[in-house]
Amino acid sequence: MSEVIKNYIVRENEDYIVNMGPQHPSTHGVLRLELVLSGETVKQVVPHIGYIHRGIEKMCEYDTYKQIVHLTDRMDYLSAHINNEAVCLLVENALEIEVPERVKYIRVVLDELTRIASHQLWWSAYGMDLGALTAFFYGMRDREKILDIFEESFGSRLLHSFNTPGGLMHDVHPNFQKHAMEFVKYFRKKLPEYKQLLTDNVIFRNRTQGIGVMSRETAIAYGVTGPSGRGSGFSCDVRKIAPYGVYDQLEFEQILYEQGDSFARYMVRMKEMEQSLNIIEQAVDKITDGPFTAKVKPIIKLPEGEYYQRVETARGELGVYVVSDGKKFPYRVRFRSPNFSNLFVLNTIARGHLIADLVAISGSLDLVIPDIDR
Amino acid sequence: MNDHIYDFSQLTRHIDESLRAAMSPTWAVVVELVIIGLVFLTFYALLGLFLVYAERKVCALMQNRIGPNRVGKWGLLQTIADLLKLLTKELVYIERADKFLFNLAPFIVIIASFMAIAAIPFAKGLQAIDLNIGIFYIIAVTSVGVIGILIGGWASNSKYSLIGAMRSGAQVISYELSVGLSLLSVVIFSGSMQLSEIIRSQADGWWIFKGHIPAFIAFLIYLVAATAEINRGPFDLAEAESELTAGFHTEYSGIKFAFFFLAEYINMFIVASIATTMFLGGWLPLHIDHWAAFNRVMDYIPSIVWFFAKTFFIIYVIMWFKWTFPRLRIDQLLTLEWKYLLPLNLINTIVIAFIVMMGWHF
Amino acid sequence: MSGIIKYFADILHGLKTLWAGMRITGKYFVSPGEIVTEQYPEIRHKKQIVSDRFKGEVIMPHDENNQHNCTGCGVCELNCPNGSIEIITKRIPDENGKMVRVIDKHIYHLSMCTFCGLCIKVCPTQALAWGQEFEHAVYDRTKLTKVLNKPGSSYKGLSSKKKEAKS
Repeated sequence: MSEVIKNYIVRENEDYIVNMGPQHPSTHGVLRLELVLSGETVKQVVPHIGYIHRGIEKMCEYDTYKQIVHLTDRMDYLSAHINNEAVCLLVENALEIEVPERVKYIRVVLDELTRIASHQLWWSAYGMDLGALTAFFYGMRDREKILDIFEESFGSRLLHSFNTPGGLMHDVHPNFQKHAMEFVKYFRKKLPEYKQLLTDNVIFRNRTQGIGVMSRETAIAYGVTGPSGRGSGFSCDVRKIAPYGVYDQLEFEQILYEQGDSFARYMVRMKEMEQSLNIIEQAVDKITDGPFTAKVKPIIKLPEGEYYQRVETARGELGVYVVSDGKKFPYRVRFRSPNFSNLFVLNTIARGHLIADLVAISGSLDLVIPDIDR
Repeated sequence: MNDHIYDFSQLTRHIDESLRAAMSPTWAVVVELVIIGLVFLTFYALLGLFLVYAERKVCALMQNRIGPNRVGKWGLLQTIADLLKLLTKELVYIERADKFLFNLAPFIVIIASFMAIAAIPFAKGLQAIDLNIGIFYIIAVTSVGVIGILIGGWASNSKYSLIGAMRSGAQVISYELSVGLSLLSVVIFSGSMQLSEIIRSQADGWWIFKGHIPAFIAFLIYLVAATAEINRGPFDLAEAESELTAGFHTEYSGIKFAFFFLAEYINMFIVASIATTMFLGGWLPLHIDHWAAFNRVMDYIPSIVWFFAKTFFIIYVIMWFKWTFPRLRIDQLLTLEWKYLLPLNLINTIVIAFIVMMGWHF
Repeated sequence: MSGIIKYFADILHGLKTLWAGMRITGKYFVSPGEIVTEQYPEIRHKKQIVSDRFKGEVIMPHDENNQHNCTGCGVCELNCPNGSIEIITKRIPDENGKMVRVIDKHIYHLSMCTFCGLCIKVCPTQALAWGQEFEHAVYDRTKLTKVLNKPGSSYKGLSSKKKEAKS
């Protein structure tokens, strides 16, 4: 506790206070960071959140379980599919619905495609944060291929409310498997470019290595999960520690880096993209013919009680907590969103660095603001 | 040698004589000054517009895009449309800003680049003033621009602007040293500060070839330092749009912003043309020893084409830097200057002095 | 001494990595075949730019007799999470003189729609479908409120009922 208080030092008169945001190019959304500067050195970062609060948790209390799914898209819009899956898995587990094998493997493929797409966008934006503007276009160019697969199958590119409790809204496009494999082949060829353009670049390395070091203790204390936590050696991949879907039947590694700096967090994501490609390759072959959804009643009513389901989104652990009173609407819904925890570690790890480093650190945490505010 | 290259001084002499025949000598000088001023103003504006267009095209091609392609053929009129937009935009007045300095800053920046352009030899005999300390003069006036940036950042009464301006000040003052020292190496080689004299000394080979490896190192250092001095990526810390939104010109709008913008591109042209003049033989054609026929063919290309070809090549390299590399941090920027470029440059200068003393260069 | 070697090795290594990056951008600079830009208004007429399943808007397909499948049951209205659909029904007499409830207006607020697709999924008679129109920009937002059943249209099932009754 005393450490927490120490983190929020009392301001002095000569402090130079700068508001970064809510409209700022590198906060990637309407996040306001109140910086206390001394020269260019950041003495304190106070995040102010709530600019894009929409009350999703409250709205969920007036929606049926099927309707909740489309709201979760709007939290972490870059891992929309995975968010959907969290709610679907919760309902399926609560009602003990047996989901067809086909659906499970399609979901895994889509999860990993979403994860790659999200990491690509992060890579693009991170390059832009650090001033490498061309990286942005290369990342977006490759992400477009995934979005085309999404559009072909679900008709939307970003917010595809494609999951529904019990299965999928409709079947995937017949070309889905072929195009997914084509993408894997295409992206394997493009990944070395990412390495040459940014990863190996001496300026990039100097900008990220040793910047914003987060110890494993800090990561656990703040609940930093996802690639950001794994960059500090915090083994927190839900796909490994609490497998859902068919992740326990697939071979992949949990990427762990011990350094805990921005570069470690960067490398975790780069390696995760490769792992995701491996998972897609394995899972695509196992997509069998079969129904795309299980039989589910038109109106879902969860038995009275509390339910919790967690999944690994592209940014960390998303937990869905539902209290049901046996009616068709949930009594209370709460989302444990990864970005909320990941944001608030910023003050601890960014203090003492320069403004430019703050941008590098907040970029390496890969924040999506609507997920923080919900 | 090079006698058959068209000498622009014939043209200027002809104009001078006809003017003197038509009016009194005083008036002739006044008219000549007006003509030179108008020519440079037009050139300045057209060059600025073209460079903005070129930059957008170059970066677009590097990023797998087409770039401007809507206004005019291949989007050639895009920058003119942008300029018209900037001209008609409202000039935002900042509360509690120092109004006089705020308005003055863009003019200082643009005048500095305008003054520098006067001493550049564009072609054989095409140079407004051939000062005997030409390169010294250019270095001196280009450094005035940073005062405009500092004033602009200070007078804006904005925190981001002030940080940007301060960064710019620290950056330009440091990198002046490297620019000066690397140019000094060529001055040692050629034994003159007069730009026409420096070009003449390269008639039998450009300094980048004649000066062995030290000249090449000096050229590289000049490219890096010059990129830093004109506040371009990867050294665009003064703007750093991901950190400081737009740096020192955050609060400027309309034509005042356009002045900063234009000056940035003209500065790029100036440093590129200095590199051309000092290292790449200015307007001299490419000659290779003993290849008489080849040299002959090269001579038929007008000198002005040679100058602009070399300059735009350097500009392309500077753009290439910007669109590839991430931005440096302010302390890394200063480390690069004081721990790498400056010591290397000092050693390099001594080596060059030694080479010249022993007469080892070609 | 080793310090000096490291100093120069660092410089060389740095230059090498910088050159690696410049090679990438340089390669794309000279390969115009890799350009991915799609010139939007022109491409619209040249090829299909959205997939067949694209969720542009909710439409109600009508056949050549200006008939649709909507019974006006209101399940879509119930399932819509944001109230984008309003069903207005009316009662008309069939040929037996019995009053039956049919759709009068199927009102669809495009401005409120989140394209979740629940209305289309739950429709018992497959009366709704996705339309591929995506250029929805209008100057007046009241234009985004649409009536999906065309004027004068009728329920397909009603006429078949009539036919059954006749035969």
